[in-house]
Amino acid sequence: MSDKASPLRQPAPPADNAVLQREVADLIVAALNLDVAAADIDPQAPLYGDGLGLDSIDILEIALVVSKQYGIQLRADSEENEQIFRSLRYLADYIAAHRTK
Amino acid sequence: MRVAAALPGGRHVLNACSDRYRFTVTFAASLVAKKVSLLPSTQTPEVIRQLTEFAPDVFCLTDDSRCQIDLPRVRFPDAAGAQTVPWQPLQIEPESLAAYVFTSGSTGTPLPYKKTWGRLVNCVRFEAERLGLLDGRSHAIVGTVPPQHMYGFESTVLLALQSGNAFSAGRPFYPADVCSELGSVPQPRMLVSTPVHLRTLLAAGVHLPSADLVLSATAPLSQNLAREVEQRFETRLLEIYGSTETGQIASRRTAHTVEWQLFSGVRLFSDTEQTWAEGGHVEQPTPMCDVLEVTARDRFLLHGRLSDLVNIAGKRSSLSYLNHQLNAIPGVVDGAFFVREEDESSSTGVTRVAALVVAPSLDAAAVTEQLRKRIDPVFLPRPLLFVDSLPRNDTGKLPHEALLSFATNAMKRA
Repeated sequence: MSDKASPLRQPAPPADNAVLQREVADLIVAALNLDVAAADIDPQAPLYGDGLGLDSIDILEIALVVSKQYGIQLRADSEENEQIFRSLRYLADYIAAHRTK
Repeated sequence: MRVAAALPGGRHVLNACSDRYRFTVTFAASLVAKKVSLLPSTQTPEVIRQLTEFAPDVFCLTDDSRCQIDLPRVRFPDAAGAQTVPWQPLQIEPESLAAYVFTSGSTGTPLPYKKTWGRLVNCVRFEAERLGLLDGRSHAIVGTVPPQHMYGFESTVLLALQSGNAFSAGRPFYPADVCSELGSVPQPRMLVSTPVHLRTLLAAGVHLPSADLVLSATAPLSQNLAREVEQRFETRLLEIYGSTETGQIASRRTAHTVEWQLFSGVRLFSDTEQTWAEGGHVEQPTPMCDVLEVTARDRFLLHGRLSDLVNIAGKRSSLSYLNHQLNAIPGVVDGAFFVREEDESSSTGVTRVAALVVAPSLDAAAVTEQLRKRIDPVFLPRPLLFVDSLPRNDTGKLPHEALLSFATNAMKRA
């Protein structure tokens, strides 16, 4: 069990994250019914407020999807939280580092 | 006192502190300094601009260094190194003007309503009595709603101040945060939340701590969801009904009854146009914006907002009523009817209603079949659009504009 789980807990190298970024972008677009193509989301642009223009209810929605898909319960009090929604790239990196499934 | 001394000259305060404790201290300091708190339902740039027209001397007191509100800004004073001020009992006159609250955007342009300290206090004392918080035990209140919103202001800040209970300073956001905050405060404890947050909590797959009481307001909660909340939190769930103008006036145990029970002293009466509330903390007769059906001296049914009334081919209903029926269907997670602004597809000139629904386990035929059992066929949605979520704002409301633009986009895709 732990043999299987531990490699997943390591931050994945950037090359792999491009795939995950796209996967997460697809999830966000589907979950929020956004009027943008997943491929058009700038991986560097902020998700919250400006940028993609998500609001706090969207963020709750993403948190639900992320918990179901990757087994991560997001927490506002963790230090990384500020970073997580800074961009699609940060979110994908965070998921890669903390996913349990 | 220390915060009161730090306030600038303007008479109107926009209290933007996100920490519930700092918000409360700022509110109290404003009272002491005879300043009036402005409590708009949102802080969008447009609303802030309207506030400066209403009160040109308004300033913003914030605890966030990144606060971007376009007003003269004052930081919440740092406690470190501050001199302690000797405690002295405060006497706030009941007639002093404590706050202006504003109606939310769903009824049009925000309108200010005066709230004196006495009225605010009376309202939450009735609430504390109804919720059973005056039993001598020390209750802990955890809120997922902001203190700036009328419901959060009354049911977390004022309720704790006036019932000898305590609130938790945070405003937990993610389900895991809400659960850990609720689990960390001593019992008896109460969660003050909204249908959106409660729905998210139930869906998150986290362990839910027990609560002695869960409170919900801002939008009607379906009986299905109310029952699930009661089971999973091993709790009682009470819904609160009120308006910006009157404050809270009634509650119901939604899992058991659809009838609302008025707070003590409050009465309803109807004229040909609408229903009015008076008595108790309401004082002067105040018209309600909802369709209320009085069923007993202190009980009523809520049939939705007046502005929600729809009339199709002589048949009347309300969007809230239709929404209630849609959300009561097993398998429907969320849903909302709306009136299409310009229905050019209609050759009869009849405006139809359409609906957006979140129901991953159902198809259109199943939802329509259930709706047929509940509502007159003229109100069946045309079209019924399946979506993954509705554009609710952070207090759980569905602003009319947001719903319409969301629906227009959904229809284009369909």
